Amino acid sequence: MSQDSLLSIRHLRTRFRIYEGLVTAVDGIKLDVYRGETLGVVGESGCGKSVTALSILRLLPSPPAEIQGTILFDGMNLLDLNLDEIRRIRGNAISMIFQEPMTSLNPVLTIGEQISEAIKLHQGGTRQEAWRKAVGMLQMVQIPSPDIRAKEYPHKLSGGMRQRAMIAMALSCRPRLLLADEPTTALDVTIQAQIVDLMIKLKEEIGTSIVLITHNLGLIAEMAQRVIVMYTGKVVEEAKVEELFEKPLHPYTQGLLGSIPWIGRKLETGGRQLQEIPGIVPSLLEMPEGCRFHPRCSRVMNICSKEEPPLVQPEESRRVLCWLWK
Amino acid sequence: MTETIQTQALGNPYRPADNQLRRSWAKLRRNKAALFGGILILIYLITALLAPVIFPGSPSAPNLMRSLERPSIEQPLGTDELGRSILGRIVYGSRVSLLIAIGVVAVGLLVGIPLGLISGYYGGKVDFGIQRVTDTMLAFPGFLLALALVAVLGVGLKNTIISVGISMVPIYIRLVRGCTLSVREQTYVEAAKAVGTRDRIILFRHILPNVMTPITIQTSLGMGTAILFAAGLGFLGLGVQPPTPEWGAMLGSGRAYLFNSPHVATFPGIAIFLAVLGFNLSGDGLRDVLDPRFRI
Repeated sequence: MSQDSLLSIRHLRTRFRIYEGLVTAVDGIKLDVYRGETLGVVGESGCGKSVTALSILRLLPSPPAEIQGTILFDGMNLLDLNLDEIRRIRGNAISMIFQEPMTSLNPVLTIGEQISEAIKLHQGGTRQEAWRKAVGMLQMVQIPSPDIRAKEYPHKLSGGMRQRAMIAMALSCRPRLLLADEPTTALDVTIQAQIVDLMIKLKEEIGTSIVLITHNLGLIAEMAQRVIVMYTGKVVEEAKVEELFEKPLHPYTQGLLGSIPWIGRKLETGGRQLQEIPGIVPSLLEMPEGCRFHPRCSRVMNICSKEEPPLVQPEESRRVLCWLWK
Repeated sequence: MTETIQTQALGNPYRPADNQLRRSWAKLRRNKAALFGGILILIYLITALLAPVIFPGSPSAPNLMRSLERPSIEQPLGTDELGRSILGRIVYGSRVSLLIAIGVVAVGLLVGIPLGLISGYYGGKVDFGIQRVTDTMLAFPGFLLALALVAVLGVGLKNTIISVGISMVPIYIRLVRGCTLSVREQTYVEAAKAVGTRDRIILFRHILPNVMTPITIQTSLGMGTAILFAAGLGFLGLGVQPPTPEWGAMLGSGRAYLFNSPHVATFPGIAIFLAVLGFNLSGDGLRDVLDPRFRI
């Protein structure tokens, strides 16, 4: 199972030491990203999706953050590398796209400068070569007249254009793994579709694996092959995309899928217009006993509030963290 | 006004810097006080640069036959106790005070910017260490600190620049640190880290340009303060030493003749006043123009 896995995370636990105590944002997760695949990571805000991505690149500031476990990338534990070594990985073998295209480009540097800086950093060469490659990347992400745009400052570009520029920057060194943290959340729906098409196309061209972090299930259906669902820092379900949409096992996943509005489809649940998951995500400081989802769960049993649920593997490709399937 | 600017922007889409400059200039022009300050600085700079043209003679050669003359056609601002032209000494004094102003601000920037960036960016123990030293320095009134440093280093032009410069360092450290704290949280800094950029490049290429606006404003204000501090030291006889013409020292030596020949102390005083006023007004004006909070 692990011979073709590019990234393999085991027992990853990321905690933050804050005034009120030790907060566990990611609690012992296990995940694999295979070569050439797109792994979707879904969950509500604050479930640890972004922290997982930032932990992989070790971008969390170290005094408050404590990371434990192993993150094997191509057989090398990223958590054992020193700062110089991890910096050579960043942007080169693993790169990242952020949610906010409006703020993720530096307003005082031109687009071309920012992209060619990344290229020059990892591939060396002269300034002119790096600039030419940067313009080539802008062309690749379908920015019109890339040679003019490269000389412009980010404020002259629209949100969609900036996200293209960010993608160009992230892919400029042809990374083997791309961490896309809500890449389309801040964009208009039509632009979202363009960006998704672009990412699918570039993934084929460059052959990169993608970890797609999002709370947009439509995006997952469009792009991912496998999905993991996270809740309060734990992986509660893992499945192939079709399996997940066809038959979600975890009550939380069922709730997530039930809360998507479908135009033209009548809900079978009776008088309700749209399902919701009752309650809110518990505070990381006050986790409920037993299963962390049990106060909100529609199929809660006695045992759920007493003991932590086991990780069950009902089918070869699926895992679920729930007492229902024991 | 806004309409014309927009039309220009449409007709000239690929020159943002030019457009920005034009807009800033338009704002500056409407700010009469800043414009006045700018004119004062301009006069001051021209005087300093063209000193030998404006006053051909030596500003330091004594002529005791003509000491303490009142202003006349021949000597527009009169002469001092040694018969030297006060106009000439003020004109040449502008060179000294300009040198001091630039030197002091350079010391402040060269020490303050790196320390402020490091302190704000890394935080933690480094920040704590730098900030406690800064606190200690800020606990002294600025002039007193400069005075204490002169007591250690000794008098003279170079030591004046160093001591006044060091007394201004904490201001720059605080300013740069504060701005760095907010800029380092921006996504583009994280994005720069995510592509593997070195800390040094993040600090000086990504963060520094984003904190330049307050630094520019503080630099203009700091030059005024520097001139005032240096004049204060000169007045006490602890700054630039005679016979170099220095405004503060001129004011100090003119004090003795204040009742019989008030012009000896008055004109250097006016020179100091106008130079400091110029830098302060233009500093305020720059803030109005550059500070995004005041932008339309």
